[in-house]
Amino acid sequence: MKHKLNHKLLQIRNLKKYYPVTAGFFSSHIGDIKAVDGVTFDISEGEIIGLVGESGCGKSTLGKTIPRLEEPTGGKILYRSKDITKLNKKGLRALRREIQLIFQDPDASLDPRMTVGDSIGEPLVIHNIGDEKERSHRVAELMKQVGLEAGQAGMYPHEFSGGQKQRIGIARALAMNPKLIIADEPVSALDVSIQAQILNLMMDIQEKFGLAYLFIAHDLSVIRHMAHRVAIMYLGKIVELADKKELFENPLHPYTEALLSAVPSFKHKDKDRILLRGDVPSPLNPPSGCHFHPRCRRVMPICSQVEPKLSEISVGHFVSCHLY
Amino acid sequence: MSNVILKVSELKTYFFTRRGVVKAVDGVEFELRHGECLCLVGESGCGKTVTALSILRLFDSPPGKIVDGQISFDSLNLTECSSKQLRQIRGKDIAIVFQEAQSALNPVLTIGDQITEQIKLHLPLDSNRTRDLAITLLSDMGIPSPEKVMSYYPHQLSGGMKQRVLIAMSLSCDPQILIADEPTTAVDVTIKAQILDIFRELKAKRQMSTIFITHDLAVVAEIGDRAVVMYGGKDVETAPVSEIISNPKHPYTIGLIDCLPDIAESGERLVSIPGTTPNPLDMPTGCTFHPRCPEVMKICSQKEPPETAISKEHKVSCHLYT
Repeated sequence: MKHKLNHKLLQIRNLKKYYPVTAGFFSSHIGDIKAVDGVTFDISEGEIIGLVGESGCGKSTLGKTIPRLEEPTGGKILYRSKDITKLNKKGLRALRREIQLIFQDPDASLDPRMTVGDSIGEPLVIHNIGDEKERSHRVAELMKQVGLEAGQAGMYPHEFSGGQKQRIGIARALAMNPKLIIADEPVSALDVSIQAQILNLMMDIQEKFGLAYLFIAHDLSVIRHMAHRVAIMYLGKIVELADKKELFENPLHPYTEALLSAVPSFKHKDKDRILLRGDVPSPLNPPSGCHFHPRCRRVMPICSQVEPKLSEISVGHFVSCHLY
Repeated sequence: MSNVILKVSELKTYFFTRRGVVKAVDGVEFELRHGECLCLVGESGCGKTVTALSILRLFDSPPGKIVDGQISFDSLNLTECSSKQLRQIRGKDIAIVFQEAQSALNPVLTIGDQITEQIKLHLPLDSNRTRDLAITLLSDMGIPSPEKVMSYYPHQLSGGMKQRVLIAMSLSCDPQILIADEPTTAVDVTIKAQILDIFRELKAKRQMSTIFITHDLAVVAEIGDRAVVMYGGKDVETAPVSEIISNPKHPYTIGLIDCLPDIAESGERLVSIPGTTPNPLDMPTGCTFHPRCPEVMKICSQKEPPETAISKEHKVSCHLYT
């Protein structure tokens, strides 16, 4: 659980990812969908950052932009103090050994025509590591680490249950001994009893290998269980970032407050619920000023005019809201 | 009890497939009382959705068939009704809200067309009053500018809005029973809270009797009055929600509650249920939960446990309590 706070693994500075929107016969550029719009945060070695937000807030795009599966539109990503936004193909390949992804839908992320052993071993082939014998050795070892049997390497994905498929995805991500794993909703497609198994496995692996996770989820109880620090995203921006304990006990941004109170819960059954009106606005045409102001219950005149900046309110607690 | 509005007893719905018989629902029993919210809880494949579909016989037949059991509603046994009779009941007396709002709506018809379709079928209203009713229903669900939404197509609405449209549609003929199949599963937390609020209001204002299907125990704790926990096509535990949470008896229910991240102190290991849900083509013998059960005994693999009453309202099927 210990993370070395002084060893910054990843520093994201003002990262932007815009998707151009075109219309008409000549496909003229009529605007941008600002999926990620000026995001800044750090991940230390061995740290688990939880990234939370509603669908369409840009959390998955952010997850894909970090290993440059999506090309950033602007900003910097420093991996071990080296800017990776300008890496060439060769440099990228080396980078992707260190940063791996686990996807939401284990069904869609495994090739149905490849045996799971081949799927897990594929990164080793791509990066030209070891000979065939060493590779199959490594695959067997990886499968054991994630709670599968080495003898199952010759089976195809359809022969596994959803939870097992997610284990295969995790084994594949571990194949290159990464330093950072970006997990995009790794348990949201699983049943509750299986979800607990996978979360436990991810915790064990994190401790064993000292990995850093960027753990993307919409389920706050999962985030609360896993993360060291939590970032809340709304329409492409981080609106609040703090230590987990601080964030859950002392949420400052009205959106965070509403999110926390919206979670159905066992413990606090009769709590006062803050109901948010309406939906997340379209990212193509976000509201002026603070993007959250049309749904905010503490809206002030300034909110629709000036965009608030993310600033440190107390040590390690960042929030972007005009209230503070 | 006189206020029982729907009673399901010994219901068995099997699917006869080429690979074998899938006993999706295998002897489920529960009753729905007037004005209550009854939750069917369980993981995927436990038969909760098929139970709901069986009530209105909404599955494909063949391969599906209700092979045994009774569903008593309003002096009728729904398992024996003709399809014509059932058509009168569907949507009018018993309405259903499906899980995926996206696929439950027809993409090429406007919202207005889809809401009024059911009203035209069941109620003797002229077109103006039908339209007015539809608009009232939409605005009751908190949909802004309902007149405009009437002419929208489903893709113009967000997920939460579509779910509201579906609920509005299901309420159009003022049904006695509302069946909701995972209405909060595919939506965001803030929208989930809004939808749960609608169901809470329905209960308070209309005394709606609801069968609420979900896999999420936290949702059950929020809105349920009583809960039926299902596993492997059977009901394993039935009790008032407060009782299920504070005093669960069946090892599966206990496991389900313990494995929620909400309960565990953060950073601790979660208690997990080992193994996976059983293959429906090859159900374990005896108690279907025995291969995963921490309290398994010899008898569990041999004999199906009978239902035991812990108290008047609390029933459990487990050999630990026989």
